[in-house]
Amino acid sequence: MSSPKEVLFSPLFDNNPIALQVLGICSALAVTVSMINTLVMCAAVIFVCAFSNLFVSMLRHVMPSSIRIIIQMTIIASLVILVDQVIQAYAYEVSQRLSVFVGLIITNCIVLGRAEGFALQNGPYMSFLDGVGNGLGYSVLLILVALVREPLGAGTLMGYTLFLSVNDGGWYIGNGLMLLAPSAFFIIGLAIWGLRAWKPAQVEPAEYEIAENVQYKEAI
Amino acid sequence: MSQHNRDSIGNILTVAVSVCLVASILVSVAAVGLKPAQDANRLLNQRQNILVAAGLLAAGARTDEQGRGINELFDQFEVRVVDLRTGDYVDDLDPQEFDQLRSARDPAMSRRLDGDEDKPTLRRLEQYGIVYLIRDADGDVEKTVLPVRGMGLWGTMFGYLAIEGDLVTAEGIAFYRHQETPGLGGEIENPRWRAQWEGLRLFDDEGRPTVELVKTRAPEGSDARQHQVDMLAGATLTSRGVENLVNFWLSDLGYGAYLDKLRRGEV
Repeated sequence: MSSPKEVLFSPLFDNNPIALQVLGICSALAVTVSMINTLVMCAAVIFVCAFSNLFVSMLRHVMPSSIRIIIQMTIIASLVILVDQVIQAYAYEVSQRLSVFVGLIITNCIVLGRAEGFALQNGPYMSFLDGVGNGLGYSVLLILVALVREPLGAGTLMGYTLFLSVNDGGWYIGNGLMLLAPSAFFIIGLAIWGLRAWKPAQVEPAEYEIAENVQYKEAI
Repeated sequence: MSQHNRDSIGNILTVAVSVCLVASILVSVAAVGLKPAQDANRLLNQRQNILVAAGLLAAGARTDEQGRGINELFDQFEVRVVDLRTGDYVDDLDPQEFDQLRSARDPAMSRRLDGDEDKPTLRRLEQYGIVYLIRDADGDVEKTVLPVRGMGLWGTMFGYLAIEGDLVTAEGIAFYRHQETPGLGGEIENPRWRAQWEGLRLFDDEGRPTVELVKTRAPEGSDARQHQVDMLAGATLTSRGVENLVNFWLSDLGYGAYLDKLRRGEV
């Protein structure tokens, strides 16, 4: 049994849901164009992940195994609707920009993955911590991506101007690639490279080895 | 509860029903409880966009230089519903309640557009439209704001076009909802590009709408330049969409008949 501290903090770098398990990539591409959107999205995921873990764990002894996925989805979907409604009520402009992506937290693999993989086997307190931890792990990577995308793409951070762009009369020509979703793949890829260089234990074993001195004739 | 009866049909039904019940109560309470705040936000956002188009508020600001809030500024406006075909005011529809976008989907209040008529790809055109007016002390119209919309590259762009008291010169334009590419077509939100709309002549001498988005504007001072706005770099289809939608809504299909009557002082 691992300690609460370990459960809470190991998803940050040692077992990051995006970098190691490669889950939740979709929303990491979609919302990281600007930092404000990213922070709201991260808060939403932390909330949903923590409370879905908590409730699933509380119900784990009564939940019939034949309908457990449906019950987990019902819990997750309700929490997501709750978050969506709150964001629409108190952060209307952000909710306009996040549009469908808050709703899509329902399909975020991290949330269901933690409910199924952790909350079903552990008590409510540990499950809650695990949810917060995984939400934080997701957040760390998203914030990193947004930290690269927003300044390079638009010359701003949190809406404040860092580099005055040409369109506004300054000198900075925004990098259009950074405004489009594929750039997040590159940044996440570089982040995974960096993380595995720092923690070599995360490097996966090669699936095959290239034989020595193979000549092209042998392939024909 | 023992392991034995956890998977019994009775337990499955009990758990399923109670989870659904609790979840639906939670969701309903949130939806109903937060609705007033959400509606207020939506209204405030719409008013803010109208004020931005009319040049009364900077984009993204919540108060003007004198510290007047959105609702206070918006109170200057007179809101009316107009019959787009005749150009007359319609008094039996309440402008506060009337939803122009919804009426465009209602077969009883709209008609199909096809072929050449439908330049901005609206598919259906509503019969009634909303106008926002500011009058000066003598009761003459000082500003008119019209809701406009039309296809861009990725989806429909929704905005407001503000016209000055002469009903020929543009005051400004603001798009509040669109899906154009950030940095390219998304630059329709750029304040520097939008600034070109101020003083733009929307109609030619015969009263036809003649807004053009061009690669290179005609030389300073020429007649042609008065009708021209720069295209957006890297966003040909968005620019063409903006051109189409502005000319459409100013034509007789859109608010043309109303603006004619307003100019002649008949409404």
